[in-house]
Amino acid sequence: MINVTYTEKGVLAMTINQISVFLENKPGQLAEFTRLLEKNQIDMRALSIAETQDFGILRLIVDDPYKTVNVVKEAGFICAITPVLAVEMSDKPGSLVKMLTALGESGINVEYTYAFITRKKDVAYMAFRVNDPEKAIKVLIQNKVRPVAQDDLSALFGDK
Amino acid sequence: MERYYQPEIECASREQIRAWQNERLVPTVKRVYENVPYYRHLMEEKGVTPDDIRSIDDLHKLPFLTKEDLRQAYPYGLLAVPLRDCVRIQSTSGTTGRRVVAFYTQHDIDLWDECCARSIVAAGGTNEDVVHVCYGYGLFTGGPGLNGGSHKVGSLTLPMSSGNTDRQIQFMCDLGSTILCCTPSYAAYLAESIIERGLRDQIKLKAGIFGAEAWSEEMRQDIQNKLGIKAYDIYGLTEISGPGVSFECSDQHGMHINEDHFIPEIIDPNTGEVLPEGSVGELVFTCITKDAFPLLRYRTRDICVLHYAQCPCGRTHVRMSKPMGRSDDMLIVKGVNVFPSQIETVLLNKGYPANYQIVVSRENNSDKLEVQVEMTPEMFSDNLAKVSAREKELVDALKAMLGIYAIVKLVAPKSISRSEGKAVRVIDKRNLY
Repeated sequence: MINVTYTEKGVLAMTINQISVFLENKPGQLAEFTRLLEKNQIDMRALSIAETQDFGILRLIVDDPYKTVNVVKEAGFICAITPVLAVEMSDKPGSLVKMLTALGESGINVEYTYAFITRKKDVAYMAFRVNDPEKAIKVLIQNKVRPVAQDDLSALFGDK
Repeated sequence: MERYYQPEIECASREQIRAWQNERLVPTVKRVYENVPYYRHLMEEKGVTPDDIRSIDDLHKLPFLTKEDLRQAYPYGLLAVPLRDCVRIQSTSGTTGRRVVAFYTQHDIDLWDECCARSIVAAGGTNEDVVHVCYGYGLFTGGPGLNGGSHKVGSLTLPMSSGNTDRQIQFMCDLGSTILCCTPSYAAYLAESIIERGLRDQIKLKAGIFGAEAWSEEMRQDIQNKLGIKAYDIYGLTEISGPGVSFECSDQHGMHINEDHFIPEIIDPNTGEVLPEGSVGELVFTCITKDAFPLLRYRTRDICVLHYAQCPCGRTHVRMSKPMGRSDDMLIVKGVNVFPSQIETVLLNKGYPANYQIVVSRENNSDKLEVQVEMTPEMFSDNLAKVSAREKELVDALKAMLGIYAIVKLVAPKSISRSEGKAVRVIDKRNLY
């Protein structure tokens, strides 16, 4: 039922640009970073943190990734932009199981994942970083799941 | 009752010591001049010939040697005998890939062993003792030196080398070790471990000979109380021979320098001028009995003071204080020489900026070395495992270069403090000096 055509941009058209930022693990670091986003009127869609004892990696989905990268770099932070998969699913128990099973059976390794919601009712979203995005997209499509594209996000968050 | 390994030497009159120094210095200078072109060149530059050196009063006329000279002359440039006469090398932990290598003839090793034997006897050692040596064996002089000294005394020698604390403690209990030789930080660690295992009453230790790193009087008290032993300091450096250049007696107020082999001087590290008796300055040694590697006026970079006052122990050789600091930036961590330049080399090789900071601290009487490195875009990844793997790679490279483990801490770019545009490289929190 979902009819997906590969664009000239390839699989990237079905991914979201995640921004990851290096933060030292000490008081006030995250506050300083969010102050920077506030100052530049950057809207966060999703946020997750992976941490070790002395540093953390902040992963963000924002309304304007390219503006954010420029602002963040200019402020002296180390950051990277990475395509991740985002998938919509019904907000009820068991939704994740089918998809993760399909990915696992196809030999795709999920490096990390986190959840977020949008303004759309009764659905939730998962962001995935996988070892083989192209293959993952094919598997998702075979399972009738369409990955959310960067361009879809504005609509989901009710932006103009 | 104080005992001596060589009482006729250790308790000789000052006049006798001076006579030995005079009669040994003059031919040594002549021999070095003839056989070591590197040093002859230094003498020529200063306009000094062997004829100018008639007694130790002329010592100040000779040029200095520094660690840099040893690197320049690496490996054979300061050798004073044919290589076929040498039987051993030892080496320091080195810097920026260039180690310092010292050569020994059998005669040199015998003299070195005797120096260590003097230290063991001063710590109460006899042929009834079991000497437990857990200094590292190998290129490091600690293990071989005390091992040789223990043989000379006739003690039963346990060549344990470093590490494997469980085995150390087991041998200590099973074989009744009475004298422990290791770094003070390892002694403190062993003491803790023995107490933790409830084996304090199983050990027969009576003394310890601890050196190769700086340690405080508080640490001595701590080790003495925990192990119920008397803790003796020992000092030495590979360039001069190894441990046993000087050693502590029962009085525990300074280390007697074996002046029949090594002539000490205290100089102003900035001007090179010899300072009057009782001054604090850089310690310089001249070797007067060595065959293979007789360094003349070698600058140790250790800052200390010499005491010529009569020692209650009966020894007449001058006592040096514990080194109070270093005249350059070398750090001694866990008994190993660490130079900021070594760390810099590793960072640059691995593609990191040379913005780093070294933090040395001491936790539970054990040295801790932390290298703070500024994160770079090249090193960064959204994947935590990748960043951690790169961090681990750096830890391994530092271990390979320094010989000891350093904690790597990744910090934000430009977060390392700079004073007048220059990074503050080393923060030593140990308060050792």
